[in-house]
Amino acid sequence: MDRRQSLKSLALGTAAAGLALHGCKMEDQELQEAVSAGAEHYFGRTPEELEQIAKLHAETFFNPHEMETLSVLAELILPPVEQYGGPLEAGVPDFMEFMAKDIPELQVTLRGGLMWLDHKSNTEFQTEFKSAQQAQQKEILDAIAFYDPEVPLQEQPLEIQFFSLVRNLTVSGYYTSKLGIEELGYKGNTPNIWDGVPQHVLDKHGLAYEEEWLAKCVDQSKRGVIAEWDENGNLLT
Amino acid sequence: MQIKENATVYDAIIVGSGAGGGMATKILADAGLKVAVVEAGPFFDPKDPKQQTQMKWPYESPRRGAATTRDFGEFDAAYGGWEIEGEPYTHKDGTKFDWFRSHMLGGRTNHWGRISLRFGPKDFKHKDVDGLGENWPISYEDIKPYYDKVDKLIGVFGTNEGLPNDPDGFFLPPPKPRLHELYYIKGARKTGIPVIPSRMSMLTKKINNERGVCFYCGQCSRACQVYADFSAGTCLIFPAQKGRGQVDLFTNCMVREVTTDENGKATGVSYINKEDRKEYSLKGRVVVLAASACSTARILLNSKSKQHPNGLGNGSDLVGKYLHDSTGSSRAGFIPDLMNREIYNEDGVGGMHVYSPWWGDNKNLDFPRGYHIEVWGGMGMPNYGFGFNPNDFNRFFGLPTGGYGEQLRKDVKKYYGSVVGFGGRGEAIARKDNYCEIDPTTVDEWGIPVLRFHYKWSDYERKQARHMQATFEELIHNMGGEVLGDTPSAEQDYGLLAPGRIIHEVGTTRMGDDPKTSVTNRYQQLHEADNVFITDAGPFVSQADKNCTWTILALSWRASEYIVEQLKQQNI
Repeated sequence: MDRRQSLKSLALGTAAAGLALHGCKMEDQELQEAVSAGAEHYFGRTPEELEQIAKLHAETFFNPHEMETLSVLAELILPPVEQYGGPLEAGVPDFMEFMAKDIPELQVTLRGGLMWLDHKSNTEFQTEFKSAQQAQQKEILDAIAFYDPEVPLQEQPLEIQFFSLVRNLTVSGYYTSKLGIEELGYKGNTPNIWDGVPQHVLDKHGLAYEEEWLAKCVDQSKRGVIAEWDENGNLLT
Repeated sequence: MQIKENATVYDAIIVGSGAGGGMATKILADAGLKVAVVEAGPFFDPKDPKQQTQMKWPYESPRRGAATTRDFGEFDAAYGGWEIEGEPYTHKDGTKFDWFRSHMLGGRTNHWGRISLRFGPKDFKHKDVDGLGENWPISYEDIKPYYDKVDKLIGVFGTNEGLPNDPDGFFLPPPKPRLHELYYIKGARKTGIPVIPSRMSMLTKKINNERGVCFYCGQCSRACQVYADFSAGTCLIFPAQKGRGQVDLFTNCMVREVTTDENGKATGVSYINKEDRKEYSLKGRVVVLAASACSTARILLNSKSKQHPNGLGNGSDLVGKYLHDSTGSSRAGFIPDLMNREIYNEDGVGGMHVYSPWWGDNKNLDFPRGYHIEVWGGMGMPNYGFGFNPNDFNRFFGLPTGGYGEQLRKDVKKYYGSVVGFGGRGEAIARKDNYCEIDPTTVDEWGIPVLRFHYKWSDYERKQARHMQATFEELIHNMGGEVLGDTPSAEQDYGLLAPGRIIHEVGTTRMGDDPKTSVTNRYQQLHEADNVFITDAGPFVSQADKNCTWTILALSWRASEYIVEQLKQQNI
């Protein structure tokens, strides 16, 4: 199976799993289990928030065809790169499915836009968008992928709004995933000791810390020493 | 249904567990008193893995941090928000006030910005300067010893600068500025705006053996699991529980009213237990209200009796009046010099490392009170919304905006960390016709009548916001940047945010020496019921161009010492 094909089935698999859940109404106990299972993954959620997440997961919004089309779009928007992967590995279609349920205002634009896309492709190329040749897909996208930054988005044609939304969800979904964050190179969210901008970065920007300012800043070698002051507020330790 | 009475008589019942309630708990319990703390929300400890949001990655959530359930993003620590299901509030005459409530142990201190500014001498007597508002009955000298003690007990970094209205203190050393903050310093100086290290309550250095030291994850809004930032639960209530007094926590308990006897003195409180939805009562010798300025006003106004027909402490008809929030207006800019950044970890403390205290002389300006400038920017952790319109800034270079494919990837990285933003936080004039009152037509799901707000900004605040916007635009230009968005117009109040939005609401039970023009005396004791005290921001006469928390803490300490003294002398 080639990569494109396997990713397609990956997206289909997800949607099918969602359908299966939807098909039989979740029993209370199942919902309970889903909630407590969530506790391991979503630390910091209140019980009410976990319940809401479980409910959203139990619903299905996009049908398999829509999920496949979104997957194809996402991979066109951010083509996978060798070292990290792409939107499908980053779970972008699932993220879009979840957000469409979490923020229902997105639904009509997304679903209507997908219909527009297929209509356009059927008219121009006698095939649905997801099955068109990549060159044909790009031909369609080239006409809707650019927006006029001087005009409010909601005043621009639906297909432009649609693509803008899919692009936003793709880029946001990808760069908030583990591999996307790695690719971006974000270095934080880890215990560390901030001790200023690296010298070579300061040099590159033609900036320097002033002696007077630095003298007031924390001496990180003494961060573990309990603070004591004289009566005028001068730090002694 | 019979109200269930608890047989214990507490020395003090404290309503609310945020900054004001937390400090009262600490001081009263340390004095050996038997204290009940009644909190409307659940127990919360950021060290509990189940409740922790600190150090979580966006991909641990299916919505990647989107703000669907929590207004400041789903990893923000505050339970609650601008709207709480089942607990509405209403508005009068088409006016607007947005009310942020956080029901949980520690309240809003779990997520706040930790900007910890003392009010200055002028802030207590500002009417003497411009004839507006009212003077406080106390002066800076009265509160200074308590600010000093708060600095040492809780810990705040900053620097002694010798400024006349931004007093020095007992500071921990501040962290070094980040790259965009160095750009800010340079840009601000071009315009003659001073920049100094921030004053914020995170521990850059150890202050005791109970609390950890900051490890620079930049996530104070998520509440710190090693207690290296100030939250009322972790830094006041938990230590109080280990002290010599008795502290009984009543969580998920929503206070309905203060109960009084035939002499009009408080006997305790009645509350709804949210878990069984039944009504209970607690008895206490003293009641300390610290439910937040508006919630406390609501409790007082709902505490009607034969002795207090207009609500408790409301003979003056001033409970709820003089409500005011800080003004706020914001702007962002794109700084080309910050494109294509080398990426390193600059999370730092949660929030800014530098800021600008008010520098202007209002005598020469068309608005009476000042504001300070908060700065943000940097290469933060991506969350929902990251990468929206990823190459919008292409328009500054005449390049197409939008597109797809490999170019998008490059654009995301090119612009990562190139935006800075400014928030102006200023002083509004307290006015009697900005108020909250009881809406007799509406109750919440606990059956308690709700608040109705009436609030309008005046030209004093609008002109101040106009000045903020002009200043921000100049700063962004000074930094070689492009201002984002259009200059807000007069119709848009110059970008002045709706009242309540800065979450610094104060003034609803203001203090004073004259019972006709104030609700509490200078020790935050109700004029009309001497065993009821208010230690949230309700007693503030004016808000200053500072944030209110450090003053809430200092005043709560002062009032609590007074309570201990009065109990000892058997005056109450």
